[in-house]
Amino acid sequence: MLQVEDVTVRFGEKVALDEVALEVARGEVLAVLGPSGSGKSTLLRVICGLQQPDDGCVLIDSEDITSSPPHRRGIGLVFQDHALFQHKDVAGNVGFGPRMRGDAPSGVARRVGELLDLVGLAGFEHRSVATLSGGEQQRVALARALAPEPRVLLLDEPLGSLDRRLRDRLLVDLGVLFAELDVTAIYVTHDQAEAFALGDRVAIMRAGQVVQHGTADELWAHPGDEDTARFLGLDNVRDGTVIRPEAITARRVEAGNPGDGVVERARRHGPTVHLTVRLDDGTLLDAAVTSLEHPATGERVSLEIDPEGVVRL
Amino acid sequence: MSGRTWRAATYGVPLAFLGLFFVYPLLSIFERGLRSDGSLASPLDVLTDPLTRDVVWFTIWQALASTALTFVVGLPAAYVLGRYSFPGRSLFRALVIIPFVLPTVIVALAFLAILPSGLERGWAPILIAHAFFNVAVVVLVVSTFWASLDRRVSEAAATLGAGPWRSFREVTLPLLAPSLAAAGAIVFLFSFTSFGIVLILGGPAYSTIEAEIYNQAVRIFDLRAAAILSFVQLLCVGLAVWVTLRLEARVGTSRSLRSEQDVLRPPRSARERTVVLGALGTLAVFLGLPLALLVERSLSVSGGYGFDAYRALSHPTSALLATPWEAVWNSIVYAAAATLIAVVVGGLAAFAVADSRGPRTLDVLLMLPLGASAVMLGFGFVIAFDRAPIDFRAAPWIVPVVQALVAIPFVVRIMAPTLRAIDERHREAAAVLGASPGRVRREIDLPIVGRALAVAAGFAFAISLGEFGATVFVARPDNPTLPVAIFRFLGRPGELNTAQAYALAVVLMGVTAASMFVVGRLRVQRQGWF
Repeated sequence: MLQVEDVTVRFGEKVALDEVALEVARGEVLAVLGPSGSGKSTLLRVICGLQQPDDGCVLIDSEDITSSPPHRRGIGLVFQDHALFQHKDVAGNVGFGPRMRGDAPSGVARRVGELLDLVGLAGFEHRSVATLSGGEQQRVALARALAPEPRVLLLDEPLGSLDRRLRDRLLVDLGVLFAELDVTAIYVTHDQAEAFALGDRVAIMRAGQVVQHGTADELWAHPGDEDTARFLGLDNVRDGTVIRPEAITARRVEAGNPGDGVVERARRHGPTVHLTVRLDDGTLLDAAVTSLEHPATGERVSLEIDPEGVVRL
Repeated sequence: MSGRTWRAATYGVPLAFLGLFFVYPLLSIFERGLRSDGSLASPLDVLTDPLTRDVVWFTIWQALASTALTFVVGLPAAYVLGRYSFPGRSLFRALVIIPFVLPTVIVALAFLAILPSGLERGWAPILIAHAFFNVAVVVLVVSTFWASLDRRVSEAAATLGAGPWRSFREVTLPLLAPSLAAAGAIVFLFSFTSFGIVLILGGPAYSTIEAEIYNQAVRIFDLRAAAILSFVQLLCVGLAVWVTLRLEARVGTSRSLRSEQDVLRPPRSARERTVVLGALGTLAVFLGLPLALLVERSLSVSGGYGFDAYRALSHPTSALLATPWEAVWNSIVYAAAATLIAVVVGGLAAFAVADSRGPRTLDVLLMLPLGASAVMLGFGFVIAFDRAPIDFRAAPWIVPVVQALVAIPFVVRIMAPTLRAIDERHREAAAVLGASPGRVRREIDLPIVGRALAVAAGFAFAISLGEFGATVFVARPDNPTLPVAIFRFLGRPGELNTAQAYALAVVLMGVTAASMFVVGRLRVQRQGWF
């Protein structure tokens, strides 16, 4: 459906995108995961035509669209921080695309109604966008991008500016919506939870390059290198191997057992508790436990590692 | 319109207009200044003339003194408006701008009316009139900036042991400095190029460069001296404009992030209320009294009050080749035409100046008329367009064109910041949603600048109505504008002539106030010193 072939973008000396190649199938959601400055946003701008690549091309259904202007591409973009038109109301924002397409006023109004229903903002037509909450603005931005029925939808950190609780809720809503509409989308984020939750596949970007891509499970099972492993939250990297934290069992030492190290920190993350254990050789190891009876900070523990959870890079 | 055609228009139209009506007259002045009796002559004799030296010296020191006086008058109110919220605050801010948009001829007349006979001409009335005219700049620029300064910074200084004065000097003042410098530079520039006020209140003894160009050209008819003085003026003003723009850029970048609502608070103690009332009351009297007396003088006839002067406006007079009411009508028609020209040319120029992808070098040329004084523009027209192949002296559009030239920099300065402030992502969002470049301008740029455009049109109209320095050169005797008519009446002896000058000033004030009232109803984000 959408293909990005060897796209390179340079800003002066800096290479923002370095021969990036991607492919998204019809109805698929590709999550692009990477730290800020890795070139994710530039990639989206190239795809929708706001940035001309220095090299490479963008194809939709095998048609090269690299030189066509953004308004003729039929690619939707949800901007970071929304970029809603402050001088128009909700209906003016959502109806903008259909109007540009040449829909009659009645058709535009109908389309606006449909989209607002879809994102759960029915009746918001005449609200000023300045009076909306962050979550509502986000929904309007999504409705606006979807209204002209884009062939591909691009989302640039759409939940970045929202608080955690709201983000979790919108993440679920987005997933349902994507499945329902069967949209083809690229979702850019720096948050691995978002990427894994929404992406059918995930591409990891670093310093302008796609370093690895695959399903969430594939990436989690076989991170390509140490940096990727760390970025995914796998901190137990040593000598080319990754030890998954859930594969480590930590027990308080019993009489006669010398133990392996001391718990430096114990932090709860929802259902699991992350233990940071200082081993006797001075290195650190992360363990994840689910029991309520977990060792506390300062306690000495013995460790057991399930060989299934050890991955060679 | 495609992006390329549009860009060509935004640069081409203003450049063609300025090339013909600004650069060409400027070159004519230059040529005239270097020529004496048909052959090349050094301008040194005029430059070293003691009269020139005196005029330049007076221009500089009166501008400095006027600036200082404007600060003395304006800072208390700027402090009060920048720190406290109270009922009527925005109304006061709206009213304070009135003297600034009044034609300088009216300001001069108001001080003729208020100052005791015998003291109404000289350097002191000039300084006071300049303070009256410019105080809005200090009050608005400084108070807007002050209201964005975080109160907690001074509070932090207090917790660290600084007393109120110490905290003001070491914390507030340095933070305020960019706005003080910018306001000061603008006031200096306006005082430096002041014409109507100096011509009317200066008497024979006090003349600025601007007034002296007029004297040499119109009264003494020494065009060469006038041309050379024009170039002295261009140099000085160019320098002052450059400094002003630099200082303003600093105000723009160091703007703190607090919004007024977080900073302003109502006055709490009796002392604070006294300070607020005292500062605003004093300024209100300073600004209101001269205008009230102007009205009073227009109504006073020998031994009592009446509308005699107003009734006389419809009769032919020896002072003009038209009836005064015809001058009113001329002024309105000319100003409307000038507004149209200024908005089209200035609006296109604003798009060019705000276009971040356009060539930067042309911006300088587009901003050039800022550096020209009104008298110089008028004088340039007279000597550039007075002979074949281009004799425009009798053309009816010559007055609107010269007034538009004066107004264009204001239009650019009102519109360009608004255009620059448009979030580029809005344009991108529109493009991604299917809007072509022309459609993006119509849907995104135009609605957002629409208000700025209306405000710019209002300012252009008010400026054109009151324009005196350039118009006095090109307005034909049978088609005078209001300020020119007022000036002619003042030059005539007799009580009725003086009363008619006052009556016409009141009419002009009314028309100006009406146009500004319309502008005031359009709420627009004010940028810079507007």
